[in-house]
Amino acid sequence: MAEGILKQILDYSNRANPYPLYEELRKTPVFHDGTGPYVISTYHDIQSLLHDPRLSSDAHNLTATAGDPLADDEGGGGGEEAALPPSFLKLDPPEHDRLRRMTNRPFGPPHSPHRIDGMRGDLHGIVSGLIDNLGDPGRIDLVDQFAYPFPVTMICRLLGVPREDEPRFHSWADTIAAGLDPDPDADPAERLRVTHDARMELGMYLAGLIEERRKNPQDDMLSELAAGHGQDDTMSTMELLSTSALLLIAGHETTVNLITNGMLTLLRHPDVLADLRENPELAVPLVEELLRYEPPVQLLPQRTPLVDIEVRGVTIPKGSSMWLVLASGNRDPDRFENPDRFDPYRKDIQHLGLGSGIHSCFGAPLARLEAQLALSELARRLENPRLIEDPPPYRQNAVLRGPRHLEITCDGIRP
Amino acid sequence: MPDGSLDRLKREGRIVVVGASLAGLRAAETLRDKGFEGTLTMIGDEPYEPYDRPPLSKQVLLGKATAEHTALPRRREIDAEWRLGVPASGLDMAARRVKLADGDEVPYDRLMIATGVRARPWPNEAEAELDGVFVLRTRDDGAGLARRLDAGPKRVLVIGAGFTGSEIASACRERGLEVTVAERGDAPLVGALGGVIGAVAAEMHRENGVDLRTGVMVTRLEGGATGRVRAAHFSDGTTLECDVVVVSLGAQRNTEWLAGSGLGAGPRGIACDAGCRAFDVRGIVTDDVFVAGDVARSPHPLFGYQFLSLEHWGNAVAQAETAAHNMLSESSDRRPHIWVPAFWSSQFGVNIKSVGVPSMGTEIMITQGSRAERRFTGVYGYQGRVIGAVTFDNCRWLQFYEQQIEATAPFPPPFPTVDRRADGQRPIPADFPDPSVPTHGPTITLSGYSPADRRMTFTPAGH
Repeated sequence: MAEGILKQILDYSNRANPYPLYEELRKTPVFHDGTGPYVISTYHDIQSLLHDPRLSSDAHNLTATAGDPLADDEGGGGGEEAALPPSFLKLDPPEHDRLRRMTNRPFGPPHSPHRIDGMRGDLHGIVSGLIDNLGDPGRIDLVDQFAYPFPVTMICRLLGVPREDEPRFHSWADTIAAGLDPDPDADPAERLRVTHDARMELGMYLAGLIEERRKNPQDDMLSELAAGHGQDDTMSTMELLSTSALLLIAGHETTVNLITNGMLTLLRHPDVLADLRENPELAVPLVEELLRYEPPVQLLPQRTPLVDIEVRGVTIPKGSSMWLVLASGNRDPDRFENPDRFDPYRKDIQHLGLGSGIHSCFGAPLARLEAQLALSELARRLENPRLIEDPPPYRQNAVLRGPRHLEITCDGIRP
Repeated sequence: MPDGSLDRLKREGRIVVVGASLAGLRAAETLRDKGFEGTLTMIGDEPYEPYDRPPLSKQVLLGKATAEHTALPRRREIDAEWRLGVPASGLDMAARRVKLADGDEVPYDRLMIATGVRARPWPNEAEAELDGVFVLRTRDDGAGLARRLDAGPKRVLVIGAGFTGSEIASACRERGLEVTVAERGDAPLVGALGGVIGAVAAEMHRENGVDLRTGVMVTRLEGGATGRVRAAHFSDGTTLECDVVVVSLGAQRNTEWLAGSGLGAGPRGIACDAGCRAFDVRGIVTDDVFVAGDVARSPHPLFGYQFLSLEHWGNAVAQAETAAHNMLSESSDRRPHIWVPAFWSSQFGVNIKSVGVPSMGTEIMITQGSRAERRFTGVYGYQGRVIGAVTFDNCRWLQFYEQQIEATAPFPPPFPTVDRRADGQRPIPADFPDPSVPTHGPTITLSGYSPADRRMTFTPAGH
């Protein structure tokens, strides 16, 4: 079974339920089939490697990519392409720290402790508006009509994209996101061209917006990023572009899946859905359990040891490609009791869903709030919701895994 | 006791916890978690329910929280009889009774001592009594000092630049107050982290506008006509006008109440075995007296079985849990307390964390980041192995170094890491002060003899 298991994980036919494959994978905690990547699948190993300063996130340190089916994939929310300098996701300290620190200044504590909380009203407004406009309750595609537009609109507000430009922004974002999720039937050259054009247009648009915000600063992230603070705390325009692109891609590709996986899981667990309807505060532990049970980022394919390292007695040579399979670590029975059980009431829930260490999810506070609000509002307002198709059709992408559509039906929509 | 007496203890026994702070509370919660159904008595000398201390030197001094609102969150109901505001005054080990200052006596089957430490007072009593002279340890201390800082003093003098003193100075500067820090050693934090890191801390003080004076002692505090402090005199002959003085000279262990009890308690704390059972004065371990938290002193296998006494928040929690577990366990089920020391501080906008026992280190290597940027990881070496690590704004790497310490990994680390800079190419002497020269009380006190190495590596610092 171990033979070809990576291929099986990437194989679309296993997309709806990769967890039995991960269970198989954990039998060989450091899996290597001779040419491909070294695959780490148990909780404690992943957890310590995420804090290991001998591992680099910078692709320049990668020397052995032969046999790694994800070696050229942008994975984990990258997708900025060679036209831009790499985002901090793909950099090591000190560059990583500098860019992440500057990006954090207008986003979170200590400098902007209220930015996310201050967006509660906005978030609520967007969620309500989308639910109001769901249309025929007999047939709703929760991805296209809700889970997709929600985070993109949110990112627009956060960055400071003017309302009237939001539709254009959405369309570029859709195209770029589609490029991250290759359709095996489409013409690859054509897809590359379309994605590249969208990137260029988005880049030009953002550059114009940044220019405008330098002149007329507003209370938004782009203005503050453009302004810079202190002597070494200024981003070049190119850095700013790659950072905004990262926020856009990573900030919505993942949240879409978190919300969709969440609704799918709730519809499969009607008792929990009923409980959430009665107790909206259940959304907080529920989202944490979701991040463990169905994490939007299944694996991190871009870590490389700077030196030969030993994990569980296996030497992983310098420059090798490594995969850290977060979703597998999250179902490791050595770490979690009944790991395959969805249990939002569990007390011990230190999951790997948002990573850990210096690259732990930058947008986590926003993603959590988005998912909490979205799921509790959907639970409250949809009357007797049911799945039309189970499992739903999944997206191609094995790394950023989630349903492409989630068709549901319900008896009505409460005010 | 495989005769059912343990079951009886769990069902109807009497457990007394002396010390109603972090360690005491967590011990009580663990006892109930483990199924203890008997009588539980919590004795505390302060009139308050258990509260958290770290905010007292941080948010409270900044006016971002009040000292009254630092109650510790409860993990569960503990259904205890609370005797608050009454200190324990004595212990009769033979009769198994704790004596209280109000004359009452409380009998026990098992005793947990978690009386912690108190702030070391200014040695001159009359000067310590002056209005405007503070220490910072309790909730009342925190509230009183915060009120005085609210009033906008002209100049605050902090005596002692350990972690607490540095945090106080940082809070004062953040409030825009003028502050002088007087430190007997050569740099702030030097006792805990050595001179290499102390130099970084000194820069932090000065760049943030602290009037830092090192290598000096305060010889006298002078009061005005109204009994209010107005000036301090230094060993270098200078005088400083100041209207608030915070004495931050480390801590003293609360063991006086045990004098004459026959328990192995003294100024260095209460010695216990790795399972938290206290020793009596003959060096024989007791079966029914357990200790945890700042007041305990226990041998650590990872650090040559030296008796470590740790004033660390996390240690108080972990040791209390272990002690409570062992209290209700057969000897074969007892667990050792082998927590790796870990500590954090927040000052001048920088997050400082350490693991292991840096003060045992003779060398340090800056393995990541740079001291000049004040974002770095420093690894301490002792006899060719990694013994401790410290991070300034770099704590997400700390877990790795903790594992290196646990694995007794070689020092200097033989591998490259991300963010290795020019000054991290080789180790340098960590530059700890000569332990025979007193400084203020350090954060970690190492003492005692190890079975493997009969030399005492450090003598505890005193004022």
